Amino acid sequence: MEIALSAAIGVLVAAAAYLLLARDLPRGLIGFVLLGTAANLVIFAAGRIGTMTPPLVEPGATALAAGAANPLPQALVLTAIVIGFGLTAFALVLVMRAHAAFGSARSEDMDAAEPPACTEAAPAPPETGFVRQPARAPARPLREVV
Amino acid sequence: MRQVLLAAPILIPLAASAVTALLWRRPMAQRRIGLAAAVLLLAATLALLAEVVSGGMLVGRMGNWPPPFGIALVVDHLSAAMLVITGLMGLAVAVYAMGPGAQERDRAGFQPLFHALLMGVTGSFSTGDLFNLYVWFEVMLIASFGLLVLDRTKEQLDGGVRYVMLNLVGTTFFLIAVGLLYGLTGTLNLADLARVAPDVGNQGALAAAAALLLISFGAKAAVFPLFNWLPASYHTASMPVAAIFAALLTKVGVYAIIRVFTLVFAHDHALFGPIVGVIAMATMVVGVLGAAAHYDVRRILSFHIISQIGYMLVGVALMTPLAIAGSVLYVIHHIVVKANLFLVAGAMRQVGGSFALARLGGLWASRPLLGLMFLVPALSLAGIPPLSGFWGKLVVIRSGLEAEAYLLAFVALAVGLLTLYSMIKIWNEAFWKAAPEPAPQPAAWSRAQRIATFAPILLLCGVTLTIGLWTEPFAAFSIAAAESLLDRDGYITAVLGAPMPRFAEAVP
Repeated sequence: MEIALSAAIGVLVAAAAYLLLARDLPRGLIGFVLLGTAANLVIFAAGRIGTMTPPLVEPGATALAAGAANPLPQALVLTAIVIGFGLTAFALVLVMRAHAAFGSARSEDMDAAEPPACTEAAPAPPETGFVRQPARAPARPLREVV
Repeated sequence: MRQVLLAAPILIPLAASAVTALLWRRPMAQRRIGLAAAVLLLAATLALLAEVVSGGMLVGRMGNWPPPFGIALVVDHLSAAMLVITGLMGLAVAVYAMGPGAQERDRAGFQPLFHALLMGVTGSFSTGDLFNLYVWFEVMLIASFGLLVLDRTKEQLDGGVRYVMLNLVGTTFFLIAVGLLYGLTGTLNLADLARVAPDVGNQGALAAAAALLLISFGAKAAVFPLFNWLPASYHTASMPVAAIFAALLTKVGVYAIIRVFTLVFAHDHALFGPIVGVIAMATMVVGVLGAAAHYDVRRILSFHIISQIGYMLVGVALMTPLAIAGSVLYVIHHIVVKANLFLVAGAMRQVGGSFALARLGGLWASRPLLGLMFLVPALSLAGIPPLSGFWGKLVVIRSGLEAEAYLLAFVALAVGLLTLYSMIKIWNEAFWKAAPEPAPQPAAWSRAQRIATFAPILLLCGVTLTIGLWTEPFAAFSIAAAESLLDRDGYITAVLGAPMPRFAEAVP
C-alpha cells in the first residue's frame, strides 16, 4: 500500500512539474492543483496507513484504542484542502482577468509589468547630473516646500 | 491577562478586517476604524514587548490544550520585536494610505485586505506550531494577492500572475515539508520538534524536509535564486501596498528561516550553515547588481529589498551569538528604512509626476525637505554612520570577521558600496539634476493629504535616527534576542514544561 501511494505521489508531482513549466497559465494552474493533491497525500501517508479502525474514543475510555487510524493528518489535510481550494479559485479568477486584459492566457504574451528591451525610460545623459545646476529657486514659505 | 495580550496582535486586525468588510459601502467609516485598529495594534504590541523584556518568553495555549497537542502561541524577544515593527508599519501605512488615491483604494477594498494581511503577519510571528505557521502564511498570501491587484490595471494583473504562481508553489513545498516532518517525528509543535529532531533515526530524510522548508521560506524571502517574482510584481502595486509588502512580506520568510533553523535544525548546522552562507552572498550581489541596472525608482528599491535579505541570513549562516544579534538588528532597521523609502518614492511621484528617473529632476531645488526625508533612509540603507544601517552592517560584518568568514564579510562591505551607488543615482537624477523640460505639473493635493503623506515619513525618519544615534538599547535587545534564540532548551522548557519522556516513539 505504501508503495502504491508513493508511486501515486511521484506521478502527481511529475505531472505537476510538467504542467507548471508550461507557458499556458491554465495548465500551470492545473499543475498547482496536482501539486497540492500530492502534498495532501504526503501528509496523509505521514500519519501511517493500513488501519481501517475509525479514530473514535469508546464510551468510558479516555484515549483512542490501540490500532485506530491517526486523526491528526486527516484534520491537517482537510485544512489544506480548504485553503488550496480558496487559492485556486482566486488564481483562476486572476488568470481569467489577465486573459481578458491581454487577449491571451500565455505567459509570454503578458509583458506589461516587465516590458521587454528597455522601453523603461532611459537615463538622462550623465553630464546633467553635477555640472548644470538649476538656477537657485527663490526662497519660499515652508508651507509650500512640503 | 497575559494570554489576552498574547492573542491581541492577531485579534485586533481580525476584528478590524471583519468590521471594515461589513462597512463595505462606507469608506470614511472604514478608514476611521482602520486607523483606530492600527493604533491599538501598535499599543498592544508595545505592551507585549514590555512584558517579554521584563518577564521573559510568553507562552499561550489556545483553547487550553497543552502543547504539543494544541496550538501554542510563543512570543520571545525576536517575535516581540517583529510584532512591534509590524504595528509600527501598520500605523505608518494606514496613515499614508489616506493620502492621494485613498478613495479609489478604499472602494476597491483596501482596508479589509490590509488588516487581513497584518493578521497573517502577526500570526506568523507569534505562532509556535509549524502547521499553524503554514495557515498564517496562506492568510497573508491571499490578502497580499488581493492588495497587489487592487487597481486591476494591465500591469498589476501581469505582476499579480507572476507573484501568485510562484508563491502558490512555494507554500505547497512548505506543506510537503510539514507532511515529511510529521511522518518523521510525530509532532508539529516547534518546541517538540526541536526536542525530537536530533534523535530522529533517518537524519537524511530530516535534512530533505529541512531543505524543502529552506526553499519555501527562501521563495517567500526572495533569496537567490528564487527572487524573480519580487521585482516583477512589487513595482506594479499602489504605493502604500508596495510599502507594506516591502516592509513585511519578505521579512516573514526571513523570520521563518531564523526561527526554524536556529530551533529545529540547529543540530544540522554543519550542513545548512555553508548553504545559507552561499545563498546570502549570492542574494546580496545579485540584488544590488539588479538595482544598478534599473532607472525606475520603484524597481531600484525592489532590487534592494533582495540585496538586503542577504545580510539578514548571515546570522543563520554563522550561528554565532553576534551574527544572530546582527541579523535581528538588521531586520529591525531594514523594515523601517525600506518602508520609508517606498513612502518617499510615492511622495516623489506625487510632486515630480513620475517614477522614472529620466522624467524626474530638480526636486532638491523645489522640495528640499523631501530631499532630506529621502537622504535619511537612503544613506541609512547604504550604511553611512551614524544612521541605523551603519550599526546593522557593522555588527554583521564584524561577526563575519570573528567567525573567519572573510569572503562573507568582504561581500557585505562591497555590496554596501554598491548600495550607496544606487542611492546616489536616485539622488543625482531625481533631486540634483535640472528639472526636465517641460516642467512636470505636480498633482493637486489637499493639506490633509499632504499631512497623511509626510507624517509617516517623518515618523519613520525619526525611528531611523533614533536607532542610529541611540543604538545602545537596540543593540542590547538584539543580543538578548540572539541569546534567547540560541538557548534551545530554554525555549523547549518554556513551551512544553519540564523535560518529560516522549509521548509516543515515532515509527522509524
